[in-house]
Amino acid sequence: MNTPAACSPPPSDAAGRSPAAWRRLRHHAAVYAVLCRNSLVREMSFKVNFTLWIVVELLWFALQLAFVAVIYQHTERIATWSRWEVVLLVGASHFIQQVFTALFLTNCVQLSDHIRTGRLDFFLLLPVNTRFLLSVRQVDLGAFVNAASAVVVMGYAAVRLELEPGPAQLAGFGLLCAAGVLIHYALMFMLTTVSFWTVQAQGIVWGYYNLFNVARVPDAAFRPGAFKVVFTFVLPMLLVANVPTKLLADKLGSPLEILLLVALAGVCFGVSVRVWRFAVRHYTSASS
Amino acid sequence: MSKYWHVFNIGIQNTLVYRVNFLFRATFGLVPLLATLYLWRAIYASNPDNPQVAGYTLAAMTSYYLVTTIVDALTAVTEDDWQIAADIRDGRISQFLLKPMDYLTYRLCLFGAGRIVYATAALLPVGLFVALQHQHLIGPPDAGYFAAFALSTLLTALLQFLLSYTMALLAFWLLEISTFVFILFAFEYIAGGHLFPLDILPAGVLAVLQFTPFPYQLYFPVSIYLGRVQGAELAQGLVLQAAWVLIAYALARWVWTRGIKHYSAAGG
Repeated sequence: MNTPAACSPPPSDAAGRSPAAWRRLRHHAAVYAVLCRNSLVREMSFKVNFTLWIVVELLWFALQLAFVAVIYQHTERIATWSRWEVVLLVGASHFIQQVFTALFLTNCVQLSDHIRTGRLDFFLLLPVNTRFLLSVRQVDLGAFVNAASAVVVMGYAAVRLELEPGPAQLAGFGLLCAAGVLIHYALMFMLTTVSFWTVQAQGIVWGYYNLFNVARVPDAAFRPGAFKVVFTFVLPMLLVANVPTKLLADKLGSPLEILLLVALAGVCFGVSVRVWRFAVRHYTSASS
Repeated sequence: MSKYWHVFNIGIQNTLVYRVNFLFRATFGLVPLLATLYLWRAIYASNPDNPQVAGYTLAAMTSYYLVTTIVDALTAVTEDDWQIAADIRDGRISQFLLKPMDYLTYRLCLFGAGRIVYATAALLPVGLFVALQHQHLIGPPDAGYFAAFALSTLLTALLQFLLSYTMALLAFWLLEISTFVFILFAFEYIAGGHLFPLDILPAGVLAVLQFTPFPYQLYFPVSIYLGRVQGAELAQGLVLQAAWVLIAYALARWVWTRGIKHYSAAGG
């Protein structure tokens, strides 16, 4: 932040690729550290509210687990999924959703406000990648607490399933969760860029919330059909939490599922970059 | 009376602005519903020698969720509680203390108008969805049950409104009420029967829930429609539901009186 070199745009290929990329990375890391500190200060000024939001999320998580408990009072299996496998899935889905919430959700929601008020002008002028700044400006620290509660539940489910994942399996699980977070982020960011044209995007944000509900249903419950195709290949909700869970529970049908999740994460991100660039080119600013 | 009729008309016109928003909302809401229906279908398919879950056939279970969606579209409080809280926080209710207009009745008119516009907007996607699932939809046993269902749905709407209204009045004392609203909503969601029909719960849990207003916020009208409550039980349920509406009304009035004493008319 303090060195002038870090603030000037990086020299292009002529200067050699890696040092410039490295400098950019360090620059963005430094910016991110400041943003995190800001978020912490902001959250701590409303401590009661901060705690209550954690309680709200815990309650909704408990509610999903209660649903699983009630269903398994009446059946031994849902397709090929046993009770604790589904608990593991609900935990993984909650974990991915909360990490996404912690890092990106608030920022995606605020994008339409920035556009409507014309505040986006200010962000476009800052000497840092605009999309980066808009995506990570606020960190929701409470969501990390809730992500931790999901880890506890997953841990308990793993013990009940007598799983003993090796380090490679755990690392793979972590990477696949990251791919899931990336998918949530790319789709949500893409959807909110629609507010460049429609001004109000609350309906879209709310609609996306509904999709989270699909992510925690075992994929085997869906028979082949339009619903399954759409939510596997177009909006890959049926992969986001299912694939990491299946890796952990040794349920994977084939390694192709892993490949599909990672590839679709890449595709979603790529498309969202394209949409963002297109949208910014058509930005006409407001109230200025 | 005619002044409230005007309020109702204004409410209709104001919410008509959001018709596309409502349409999206209703359509997106069908996605998790469809996922839940697939989930239940898979459960029934996993137990081929047992065609019933706690007395529900697959058709009855599907109908439960479809009727739930319809009752929810007709009775759920969506924006009203936020608006009431904002009215209090920003001091906009001061004008109601001066005018010969009762705030509760005013809000009730707006709620009714909002529900009518929402239900109309939701008619297309939800109607289409129900039509697609029609082979699983069972009707009420006879016209009498349908009448009781309609009456109970009306009481549900009143109960939903009055409880949300009372919750929103917390804004007299607190700056930020959204966490409390979401906590109440979580209880309504599970104990009201949004997630699953309450009678698949263990009998002891269900018996405890019967002492709360939650089952009367959704589950009760739906189980009338499905013919799962009958005769004396039905009559008793309707009386209890009406009693909860009266209790909620009394509570709303009492909290309002207390709140007004505390009110500082910030910004107004």
